[in-house]
Amino acid sequence: MITLPNVLTLAALLFCISVAGIFLNRKNIIILLMCIELMLLSVNMNFIAFSHFLGDIHGQVFVFFILTVAAAESAIGLAILVVMFRNKDTINVDSLNTMKQ
Amino acid sequence: MIEQLVFYLFGAVLLISASMVVIMRNPVHAALFLVLAFFSSAAIWLLLQAEFLAIALVLVYVGAVMVLFLFVVMMLDINLVALREGFARYLPIGLTIAILMVIAMGLVVSSDYFVGDEFLVKRTLADDYSNTRELGLTLYTEYLFQFEVAGAILLVAIIAAISLSMSKLKITRSKEPGDQVLVKKEQRLRIVKMKAEKSS
Repeated sequence: MITLPNVLTLAALLFCISVAGIFLNRKNIIILLMCIELMLLSVNMNFIAFSHFLGDIHGQVFVFFILTVAAAESAIGLAILVVMFRNKDTINVDSLNTMKQ
Repeated sequence: MIEQLVFYLFGAVLLISASMVVIMRNPVHAALFLVLAFFSSAAIWLLLQAEFLAIALVLVYVGAVMVLFLFVVMMLDINLVALREGFARYLPIGLTIAILMVIAMGLVVSSDYFVGDEFLVKRTLADDYSNTRELGLTLYTEYLFQFEVAGAILLVAIIAAISLSMSKLKITRSKEPGDQVLVKKEQRLRIVKMKAEKSS
């Protein structure tokens, strides 16, 4: 039988991996978006674990809304990425410095 | 026992594929490992009796969002070498922060907050219990307004994504307001002089 700390540990490890991924791949916007998706997945796993072990369905409703917002976020993020690649021919984060100059 | 075995198996697959997403050189491979991560977490959600959300995760994420990712990754011609620079440079700080977060979260998780009696109850569900039905009953009554707002957010996302990626194409019928203001009367209007017909 799995216990609540098991699932919480798994979600915490997943979150730490994706935070490290944001630090390591800070040039590549696509990998950054993927790491954000992984972070949201670990948060969702915490919600579902508490919903299961407390017998409360409201946690799953929250996961539903997080899934909705994450889908919208990744769609808009990828659209911005396509426009950026069309204008600058690269997706390097360092080339996003037009406002600084 | 078998439950624990399945949990550890899919947990290991989830963590390994998540780290492959981070360290993969090719974004296509990273996206495919992300699909594997979503599949194994859907299996864990099934184990936690969240059947509807597990299936929704596979349908929405693997079916739609990850296909979108793969489309974008494959359509863009990316210089991978320039994007990889700095990986080795940021490896120490990234690992340090990850280990610090693991320690901090480990202290929270291993404390005795989450091992109380209310978390150890083995909940037995009725034979006709349906997770989808329960979720729908809560979603369409208590959370109706939030549900409508979520629909509005999706509509905004559709319009934003389409208008961002289609703005400069020839097939759009978008107007240039500056050109419209600069139009002279002569460009639009032609005055033709004609003799008046004489009525007999």
